[in-house]
Amino acid sequence: MSFIRKNLDKIKKPFEKGGKLEKFYPAFDAFETFLFVPNHTTKSGAHIRDAVDLKRTMVTVIIALIPALIYGIYNTGYQYFIQSGLDFTFLDAFLHGSYKILPMIAVSYAVGLAIEFGFAVYRGHQVNEGYLVTGLLIPMIMPVDMPLWMLAISVIFAVLIGKEAFGGTGMNILNPALTARAFAFFAYPTYMSGDKVWVSEASNIDGISGETILGALAGGQNIDYSSVQMFWGSIPGSIAETSTLFVLIGAVMLLYTGVASWRIMLGSLIGASFVGFLFNLWGANELMSFEWYNHLIVGGFAFGIVFMATDPVSAAQTQRGKWIYGLLIGALCILIRVFNPAYPEGVMLAILLMNVFAPTIDHYVIQSNINKRRKRWEKIKIQTV
Amino acid sequence: MSKDKEKLFSKQNRALLTDPLDDNNPITVQVLGICSALAITVKLEPAVVMTLSVIFVMGSSNMIISILRDIIPTRIRIIVQLVVIASLVAIVDQFLKAYAYDVSKQLSIFIGLIITNCIVMGRLEAFALGNGVWKSFLDGVGNALGYGWILIVVAFIRELFGSGELFGVPVIPQFIYDLGYTDNGLMLLSPMALIVVGVYIWIQRYFNRKLIEKD
Repeated sequence: MSFIRKNLDKIKKPFEKGGKLEKFYPAFDAFETFLFVPNHTTKSGAHIRDAVDLKRTMVTVIIALIPALIYGIYNTGYQYFIQSGLDFTFLDAFLHGSYKILPMIAVSYAVGLAIEFGFAVYRGHQVNEGYLVTGLLIPMIMPVDMPLWMLAISVIFAVLIGKEAFGGTGMNILNPALTARAFAFFAYPTYMSGDKVWVSEASNIDGISGETILGALAGGQNIDYSSVQMFWGSIPGSIAETSTLFVLIGAVMLLYTGVASWRIMLGSLIGASFVGFLFNLWGANELMSFEWYNHLIVGGFAFGIVFMATDPVSAAQTQRGKWIYGLLIGALCILIRVFNPAYPEGVMLAILLMNVFAPTIDHYVIQSNINKRRKRWEKIKIQTV
Repeated sequence: MSKDKEKLFSKQNRALLTDPLDDNNPITVQVLGICSALAITVKLEPAVVMTLSVIFVMGSSNMIISILRDIIPTRIRIIVQLVVIASLVAIVDQFLKAYAYDVSKQLSIFIGLIITNCIVMGRLEAFALGNGVWKSFLDGVGNALGYGWILIVVAFIRELFGSGELFGVPVIPQFIYDLGYTDNGLMLLSPMALIVVGVYIWIQRYFNRKLIEKD
């Protein structure tokens, strides 16, 4: 540790005020605070400082993402070998997945961080930590075979229009990772949906069906995956959202450390179960009679509500607001899945829509609180007078 | 009489033409006429035809209202303005149907909707009712140019990246498609027009600092 510290101090000189490379101080600062908790002290007044700053919070989320990521890498290879009927070992599957996924992660980080650094140097503020998580989330929710340049353009769009245009990390209305996915979804629909994209190499090799379960359902086909498979995650889908189990492991980490809000997660769960259950009772078509508990473990629902809906920037801030926000995400997600076969996966659109409404929800929650207190106060005033 | 001697293109008059292009752009600064900017900018051709139509309608209507400005009773001025604009738009519509039927079909109701374009009536109310004929004409043409400029920029970007064409002619060479390039489908949807206009406003304010509001 002290070795890194010493070397950092050695190269720090030109970046400081008056130094040659003063302009690039934000870039240096980003690396330094990434490695070490900054030791700024407050000069006046009483403040409580926590060692867990934004960078440490983001790293917690990344650690929570890793189980799902590793399983996603394995599953990418597994789906490829199973569907093409080749013999394979555990290692083969893992290597095939790494070969596909690691370049995506590298591109996502390189492009996104380059823009972040550029803006930080230009605007003269610190580099925003938010991209550490976004950069990992984006490749995790894209199809495996997506061309890398498309991924790069989606990242540019998400960081520029979704984040920097609003003022950077902490100011964005929409979740940047989902902005990237929504952009790719509408811009390059042939690469983002259909039955040829969700399994590695499906578009090049005949006989591989790259259809997701929800896609098959929307197309009115039968599915031959059991609930156990859906929960474990040995199903086609985008990189890291297939396995509910590993997403849940991540969820436990986030809840234990208090990084994500349990109100939002539980709210979404209740909302989706309830609406799914209502549709089961109705049961007019394949999608409606798809069991409500299967809705919870298939597709990106679990991943979405654990890692996307709980994004502290774009979610509702008040406690009651979080309940409303979560419930509506769950309910809308199932509604979109069932009523709009063009968008088999509803969770992306549901979260983006509720991101837009989150400030409105907060406003009314706070307003009702104010009204309640005012009434109470008026009652007391009348009694005392 | 000395006032009438003012040159046709004095500094003031030139400003009437050029101001709406940047400092006082109807779309990016006054935020008027957005709906048509979203609807007809998928391709360049309809955008250019729309621009020409709006230049004709705004120039002529500003001129006519300016001529009539002293005899229009204030109470019914809106109705008079509407009648003038509607007649001019009907002329444009018939003209397009006769000589450019395909484009007129693409533009469908949007030519008719020039009547409700806020920019047209806004300029009549704000300028033509209080200024001379020549100045009103310049003001109308200038604002229509400012509107059309944005339309053409947006349409250029959307057609180039959305369908790889300009004026319907493919411009992106085939070998780039062979390398795996794909046209951006989002460019063909209207939300992207809004985003392109937004990015234009961002860039415009970067270069034109006086447009930035003080908070």
